Amino acid sequence: MKRRLIDKFMITLLGLSVAIILAILVVIVANIAIHGARAVTWEFITQAPRQGLTAGGIMPAIVGTAALVLLMTIVAVPLGVATAVYLHEYTPAEGLNLAWRRFRVSKGMAGRRKLFFRAMSALLATITRSAVANLAGVPSIVFGLFGLGFFIQFIGRNIDRATQPPGEVLWGQGSLLWAACTLALLTLPTVIVATEEALRTVPQDLREASLALGATQWETIRRVVLPSSLSGILTGAILGISRGAGEVAPILFTGAAYYLPYLPGDVTDQFMHLGYHVLILSTQSPDVEATKPLLYGTVFVLLALTFLLNLTGVIIRSRTRSRIQR
Amino acid sequence: MRAMNRAARMVFTLTLVLAVAACGGRESRSTFGTDGSHPAPVADNKPLSIKGSDTMVILGQRLAEEYMTANRGTVVQVNGGGSGTGIAALINGTVDLAMSSRSMTDDEKEKVKQNRGSDVVEEPIALDALGVFVNSANPLQQLTIAQVRDIFRGKTTNWNQVGGPTAPIVLYGRESSSGTYDYFREHVLDKGDFAPRVQTLQGTAAIINAVGQDRNGIGYGGIAYAKNVRALSIASDSGPAIAPSEQTVAGGTYPLSRKLFLYYPQNAPERARKFVQWSLTPEAQALVTQVGYFPLTKAQ
Amino acid sequence: MTRGRRIRNALMGGVFSVSGWVAIVFIFLIFLFTFKETIPIFTDPEVRHEANVEKFFVESQEGPTITDRYVWQPTSDVPKVSLWPIILGTLKATLVGLLFACPIGVAAAMFTSEFAPARMREIIKPVIELLAGVPSVVMGFFALIVLATWLQEVFGFTYRLNAINAGLALGFALVPIVYTISEDGLSAVPRAYREASYALGATNFQTAWTVVLPAAAPAVFASFVLAFGRAIGETMILLMAGGNAAITSFSLFDPLRTLSATIAAEMGEVVVGSAHYSALFFMGTLLFAITFVSNTVGQWIIARMQRRMQGAAR
Repeated sequence: MKRRLIDKFMITLLGLSVAIILAILVVIVANIAIHGARAVTWEFITQAPRQGLTAGGIMPAIVGTAALVLLMTIVAVPLGVATAVYLHEYTPAEGLNLAWRRFRVSKGMAGRRKLFFRAMSALLATITRSAVANLAGVPSIVFGLFGLGFFIQFIGRNIDRATQPPGEVLWGQGSLLWAACTLALLTLPTVIVATEEALRTVPQDLREASLALGATQWETIRRVVLPSSLSGILTGAILGISRGAGEVAPILFTGAAYYLPYLPGDVTDQFMHLGYHVLILSTQSPDVEATKPLLYGTVFVLLALTFLLNLTGVIIRSRTRSRIQR
Repeated sequence: MRAMNRAARMVFTLTLVLAVAACGGRESRSTFGTDGSHPAPVADNKPLSIKGSDTMVILGQRLAEEYMTANRGTVVQVNGGGSGTGIAALINGTVDLAMSSRSMTDDEKEKVKQNRGSDVVEEPIALDALGVFVNSANPLQQLTIAQVRDIFRGKTTNWNQVGGPTAPIVLYGRESSSGTYDYFREHVLDKGDFAPRVQTLQGTAAIINAVGQDRNGIGYGGIAYAKNVRALSIASDSGPAIAPSEQTVAGGTYPLSRKLFLYYPQNAPERARKFVQWSLTPEAQALVTQVGYFPLTKAQ
Repeated sequence: MTRGRRIRNALMGGVFSVSGWVAIVFIFLIFLFTFKETIPIFTDPEVRHEANVEKFFVESQEGPTITDRYVWQPTSDVPKVSLWPIILGTLKATLVGLLFACPIGVAAAMFTSEFAPARMREIIKPVIELLAGVPSVVMGFFALIVLATWLQEVFGFTYRLNAINAGLALGFALVPIVYTISEDGLSAVPRAYREASYALGATNFQTAWTVVLPAAAPAVFASFVLAFGRAIGETMILLMAGGNAAITSFSLFDPLRTLSATIAAEMGEVVVGSAHYSALFFMGTLLFAITFVSNTVGQWIIARMQRRMQGAAR
């Protein structure tokens, strides 16, 4: 019986850790909801900040975040889906080890050359998957540095040198475009992984039937594989969006500003951003007492946005998964 | 299957159309009035970009708001980041005007000349007092510059060494990009180094907030932000302790008063020059007092 | 087959193959461009005068304690660019974060996969993943405004923003990573293992602790490695809640400054091409290298685990 007691005790301890995690989540959300909901009025969402950020609303930050996220999705989703399609449909399914072994065993056989290219393709796929996983692990501030060093200083300045009168800087500074490109890189792995997962759920028989009926590989992808994996791709896009909407480090030097008297009307404009606004109000607020309700309100809106997106993505994903398991 | 294809294609096209529409020309930009409303779209005009001192950013924004109301059709955008950030942006060519709470070094002036092709113009637009702040619960009322120096250099570590209660001194300072940081380092620390223990915060208001919450805290910053904390009277090496106020700052008796500057290259566009001229007019200088700084006296 | 269809097929095949290179190209480019701006530290004499590898790691000032000797003050008249205070700060925050997240994450994963009824599992897993969805700037905000005050009230810290505050908030953000991957690993352990253990007379917990957990050890370890990589690179939480004092100190009650927070805070003011600029990019390259290595190691472990699981399941 003593063993039973120790058992129950240890299991309770484990359950306690789950409770701790849930408690943390509840405290964070409740604290923000309670203090933030009060500040979120209709004016808050539709007006611009005034009196040095101590009054008014956050409408430009909402618009800026939306514009940024839209642009980021346009760049990231097609690219991510294409990469995932390449990895799943155009590379050998058997993995590098097997492909290489088949090639080595095939001494003197007729299809040796073909097996060699198959093995190389499998190698490329492995390296690509590794690159995707590494891209997922790059710190967000390094993305920011890359955005500054590559998109702005290298590409942007060179475009300026070719198209602008000397001394004028248009593309070689922070803007919606470069911030969106930087964020797109950051969310690319999320989209790729989710899309590959979705592609995996399409039964191989479906593809083979399509090919047997005379369709080309591209036609099979376009008319059979992609449509049936659309919900999974959507999940990836939504999860990527929710991640991108919350990241601040990559946009610090690539285009975010904390007070603009206009809305971004052009991809070369700077923009205000919900997350960046939170950072500024928390650390550089001109009058901490006056801006605290605004700060809470902004955090509330940001959290509500990302949670909603995340939840939608997770629900779609679990429903797709359970449909497969059944 | 076919219906889903068509639906997907429609959504895709719609998104593309929206995206293109969102990327409309600059002409469609709308600005906000000082009451946060949106007036009608204004004529095309490259915005005047001002960047720099966090000490001056509120002043800059107030001036910008007034200027835009007085000159319908202009767009002025103001950003902080610290005097160093503004000067760096001026050198890099990404802003028209830099706000700075310290004077530019010769090295920086040289870089502006190199990168932008002309000398830099220095224009003081206001006076500021640098306050040394302690928590309201702290009984201290005054300190000498030498004592402040030793505190921020890390030599004095306990309040009882300067006549306060027995408690460790908690130091709050600014990022190295700040003009306030530079001014303090030059005039109080005698160009020495801050103690490593100084917690660097972005913006004077953050320092005020931290000191206000920490009874053992001490910090420095522009006097305009002082709320719920006490600005100590400061004694220079030979004189009595002077409290910061309009008379002592304008009169020059408060030892830590400084000019706030706007910098621009001589070959800057007209919009920059116009703004600087305007900020020296009486109506603009009235705003200076409103925000909490001190207007330039006739001598300056 | 018509020529049109054939051309379209070949074309799209080409498009997909090209996009397959995207990830590789960009990882390479990221490394290239962050490293490119670091090169002056090794080659340009003017930059080397202010910042070079020796100054980063070896040079020290006069002073009685290590806090006085290793200093980061790049804007001083005599620039001091020792990286040790910043590296130490990064390690402190990571340590506290991992100390919190790893035990709790694994314990929660064990509970969820071994002992929780199926319905509870379906609620717990997404909810914990929701914690992963909290943007790091919101977590930093929470730590700055709420957690720091609470910690100071309960424990009476001298410094409100310190390594414990920042590390704890970091831990909150790391828990979902440890949890998700460990839970996947634990669930993947074949039923046969558990059933054999029960058959031999072990209790529920004994089985979980002595059989299932060791079998899932590669996954659990991989989750630690990935959490480590995330912790090292985390910016917002540590920028807002760490106190931002670059001091060489081993105390967890002192404020700290991390590599990423330094880059985030100081990049805005540097003149492109200056020594300070290159030093910040050096830190960025260092961060990239550390996370690259730890992620490659983590990946390799997961791959091995997957192969082993597949082998055992047969």
